[in-house]
Amino acid sequence: MYKIVKKRRLNDAVTLMEVQAPHIAKKAQAGQFIIFRVDEHGERVPLTIADYDREKGTVTIIFQIVGASTKLLNQLEEGDDILDFVGPLGTPTHFGEVKKVCVIGGGVGCAIAYPQAKALHNMGVEVDLIAGFRSKDIVILEEEMKAVSKHLYITTDDGSYGEKGFVTDKLKSLIEAGAGYDLVIAIGPVVMMKFVSKTTEPYGIKTLVSLNPIMVDGTGMCGGCRVKVGGETKFACVDGPDFDGHKVDFDELMQRNTIYKQREQHDSEHVCRLTGGKRHG
Amino acid sequence: MANMTPNKCPMPEQAPDVRNKNFKEVALGYTPEMALEEAKRCLQCKHRPCVSGCPVNVQIPEFIAKVAQGDFEGAYQVIAQTNSLPAVCGRVCPQESQCEGKCVRGIKNEPVGIGRLERFVADWHMANGTDEIKAAEPNGHKVAVVGAGPSSLTCAGDLAKMGYQVTVLEAFHVAGGVLVYGIPEFRLPKKIVAKEIDKLEKMGVDIQTNMVVGKVNSVDELFEQGYEAVFIGSGAGLPSFMNIEGEDLMGVYSANEYLTRINLMKAYMEGYDTPIKKSKSVAVVGGGNVAMDAARCAKRLGAQNVYIVYRRSEEEMPARKEEIHHAKEEGIIFKLLNNPVRILNDGNGSVAGMECVEMELGEPDASGRRRPIEKKGSNFVLDVDTVIMSIGTSPNPLIRTTTEGLEANKKGCLIADENMATTKEGVYAGGDAVTGAATVILAMGAGKKAAASIDEYIKNKKK
Repeated sequence: MYKIVKKRRLNDAVTLMEVQAPHIAKKAQAGQFIIFRVDEHGERVPLTIADYDREKGTVTIIFQIVGASTKLLNQLEEGDDILDFVGPLGTPTHFGEVKKVCVIGGGVGCAIAYPQAKALHNMGVEVDLIAGFRSKDIVILEEEMKAVSKHLYITTDDGSYGEKGFVTDKLKSLIEAGAGYDLVIAIGPVVMMKFVSKTTEPYGIKTLVSLNPIMVDGTGMCGGCRVKVGGETKFACVDGPDFDGHKVDFDELMQRNTIYKQREQHDSEHVCRLTGGKRHG
Repeated sequence: MANMTPNKCPMPEQAPDVRNKNFKEVALGYTPEMALEEAKRCLQCKHRPCVSGCPVNVQIPEFIAKVAQGDFEGAYQVIAQTNSLPAVCGRVCPQESQCEGKCVRGIKNEPVGIGRLERFVADWHMANGTDEIKAAEPNGHKVAVVGAGPSSLTCAGDLAKMGYQVTVLEAFHVAGGVLVYGIPEFRLPKKIVAKEIDKLEKMGVDIQTNMVVGKVNSVDELFEQGYEAVFIGSGAGLPSFMNIEGEDLMGVYSANEYLTRINLMKAYMEGYDTPIKKSKSVAVVGGGNVAMDAARCAKRLGAQNVYIVYRRSEEEMPARKEEIHHAKEEGIIFKLLNNPVRILNDGNGSVAGMECVEMELGEPDASGRRRPIEKKGSNFVLDVDTVIMSIGTSPNPLIRTTTEGLEANKKGCLIADENMATTKEGVYAGGDAVTGAATVILAMGAGKKAAASIDEYIKNKKK
């Protein structure tokens, strides 16, 4: 059992939780993830580690409430326990020798882009952050992101906050203006990561993406999370989740992520309608 | 006077047409009367060839003699001296090639049903046994065991009996390894595995789940934490794929994923969150026990047609005869001497069929099995919407790549000597992590041997 020591609502659909898990906190590195199982009937769901505190022994996760499992997780409060919490899984991000990096977060992906930016910032690297949101009311972590970047550019699709437009528009204009990035890191919806990779490709700027395929065990024993990278099949849970964005088959990943769509929708509605969210003992 | 009936006393089973729609256990087990009758078929021969056929050396004639006297608890105590998981072994061991394969009665007629009797005794003990399990007197030494499958559980059980303080580190949220995620409920009820593991915990074994060794702790760190020896029983859980076109389509599973969703996550049961595809027609590629398990699960999930696609003939199939027989009874269709060449896309990224080619058998290869050769132009399409790849597994590289001095062979299997010692001092290994995918009982035998070696190593080190 893993105790929730802090819970904070970042916006209507995004929640932050700090979870007591000393053995994970001790080893976690940027780019790694955990798998949680909310209760005995729960499924195993991966979430990227958003932050950790080695001294307090806590791991922070930030999740968007999108389906049954995240709804159930969101119903837990400070002091409650999550049944299973395993990690740190995956290969830590390998930043390489870099001087100036652009980190791009899309929506709740900012929760994961933020720790990457923080890790780079702490390494003494110059970081620009582009954070893209649909509209003003879902902007998250603005202060935190500002603290770890030289420039923070916020974009909204509808122009209700920051600059109007997509993150790719902003990225392109910065590159064109001679920003001189030697690495771009993109984290967010698959389609956003795909278009960021397409934007940087003609300029030959190395681009890392953090993939989010369906997972079961998260330790390399099932291959449910397989993705095609440079024509080769890779298991995102052990070989990734970070990959070279110029080599990933994004279309296949988007398609594979839809396999249980109907069932997910059914479960999600079921959690709301029948149980009011709480599961019967 | 021995019961000279030529055949084993039959064991009641659920009817094929009933059981292929549920996940309840297929074989129902002996009644006490049946057990008495079968036990009397044992000749109590002096040279006891059956014992040498058992990788954990269960004292077979002794326990069967007790069964024949109606002393079921006494029989259990005999088995428990050498076997930590008798209810499991009685169900999943390939007895025909082990204890029963050596039984004298088997020369002319059917051998004694040793497995069925072991199962009966273990189940009887679970239902009626009253003895309190007590932890052994502690000897003050700590040993860490990596993984909680059959080799690790056996090693941990034996060490605990000797007084060691044993910690088992398991990556999943439940202990049991392949016994919980791989072998389905209808062959091995999970309640039974849980009870066997509960017994180990009562003996003092500390089982910690959600611990991925290599990520939270390296083997070297375990030594720093005061463990004097480490046993690695991490199995062979890395699935192989064929690398053919269409393998990444939706509806293509590794057998590991398919079985994990079903057995560990209970995707077949109402009220559990983990989803699984509802299939109309399923092709399972491979001919081992895992392939039989996956096919029989698919049938139980409601698929109309379930095919086993195997590139050799039935004779070469590595699965147990009994499992092949059960699968056939349940309506699984065998497509022998067939091999997939690509999986077809329905245009939306899902499986629309599997193109296969017919095979014929050529000369025997290095392993002694006749090599399958493609028949040119014999291609045809099997109408399926789901494909399950069950063509084998290899050891997960996580532990060997994070442990300096631990050597593996070309196939990724850890190198261990006859005493289960690896190339790193104080580190022992056994089971599928060393042999590649094999059987539960061989893994248990290795765990047993490793426990003895670890005991000797720690005792010698003290001097």
